Amino acid sequence: MSLDDLAGREVEVAIIGSGPAGLTAAIYAARANLHPVVLEGEPSSTSDQPGGQLMLTTDVENYPGFPEGVMGPELMQRFRDQAARFGAQIHTAKASRVDFSKQPYGVWIGDPDTDEPALRARTVIVSTGAQSIMLGLDREVELVGHGLSTCATCDGFFFRDQHIAVVGGGDSAMEEATFLTRFASRVTIIHRRDALRASKIMQQRAFDNERIDFMWNSVVEEYLGESTLAGLRIRDTKTGETSILDVTGCFIAIGHRPNTGLFVGQLEMKESGYLITKPNSTKTVVEGVFACGDVQDDYYRQAVTAAGTGCMAAIEAERYLESLH
Amino acid sequence: MAGPTITLSASTFDEEINSAATPVLVDFWAEWCGPCKLIAPILDEIASEQEGTLTVAKLNVDEAPDVARRFQVMSIPTMILFDGGEPAKRMVGAKPKEALLGELAEYL
Repeated sequence: MSLDDLAGREVEVAIIGSGPAGLTAAIYAARANLHPVVLEGEPSSTSDQPGGQLMLTTDVENYPGFPEGVMGPELMQRFRDQAARFGAQIHTAKASRVDFSKQPYGVWIGDPDTDEPALRARTVIVSTGAQSIMLGLDREVELVGHGLSTCATCDGFFFRDQHIAVVGGGDSAMEEATFLTRFASRVTIIHRRDALRASKIMQQRAFDNERIDFMWNSVVEEYLGESTLAGLRIRDTKTGETSILDVTGCFIAIGHRPNTGLFVGQLEMKESGYLITKPNSTKTVVEGVFACGDVQDDYYRQAVTAAGTGCMAAIEAERYLESLH
Repeated sequence: MAGPTITLSASTFDEEINSAATPVLVDFWAEWCGPCKLIAPILDEIASEQEGTLTVAKLNVDEAPDVARRFQVMSIPTMILFDGGEPAKRMVGAKPKEALLGELAEYL
């Protein structure tokens, strides 16, 4: 069924987002004969895209069932195929507005100012995930693709035998730095504190890698270079001294922010923007609207926990629909 | 994939770009790039819909790193539109079809 055919129709379950949470919810809802409609998002080079954050990773080594590891995009293709096999309708489209004020809930695609939503749904599962935060420095947007990157797996190849920087101290930063040593001659990890937040195994891998070195208590103040990145101005947070790091590439991995702009004023959220769900549940303050995956998880943030809460959301949606009869 | 999308290599690149009867949109891509895979079907659609107006071509940067370097490609997907053999427009990153068509509008 095309999106146009959905107009004016009422569906049982609409799922917004297609990472591990959304697609697991789709598998469960489809198997429960609820004919879920998934708005999987639109192509982009950030993690706000169909398949979510795993589309920008390489080896996933901690997803159970894959003893040899699995590539992130391949894992997401498998999730998607499994949801489609049971009849989930997956559309490459991005929700632009929602109306949770009355049943059935409205979901818009494209122009958010039209009177009628693209579809109406009796339950909505929100699984829009999170995306990487950038530093917010001058010229950041124009330098993306010119030495500044949001995707190590896409762009590492272009920095063969060069010295590059990774900013951040968590698992993503360690993973990116380790991956980038396949290409770069030297990778400097710039971290604002004097200790890493990353898991022990990822830290050890980075410490053991001869091509990786660290700049502790350091922040990037400025991107240098005209049309292409030609270095970073770094400030030592302890001494206040600045120095120039001579790199041709810079990868940012300082954390994530939830994709919740769509839900401001309609769903309850923390100051950080993460959606609030009821304890041990994916229920939001709006009956029939459930949230799962990283959009409501600022603690675990794993593919497997996202899939787990996706399953919970589908089961809770099913129970809710039963209660309406 | 069958259809009008053409595949370039390091040895055919210049000839194809220079001899094309229409502007050529070159997609610099690689097997290991997730966002590249997302836009591949969109580019195939555009190739079919714009046949005769625009040629869509793919260049695998793994197989032709020198060509990628020549055009300072540092991120993929990068799409460069060649008009009369010269780079006329550059787009970095995966985008929805409408956004791509919007950027290409003056050449369609």
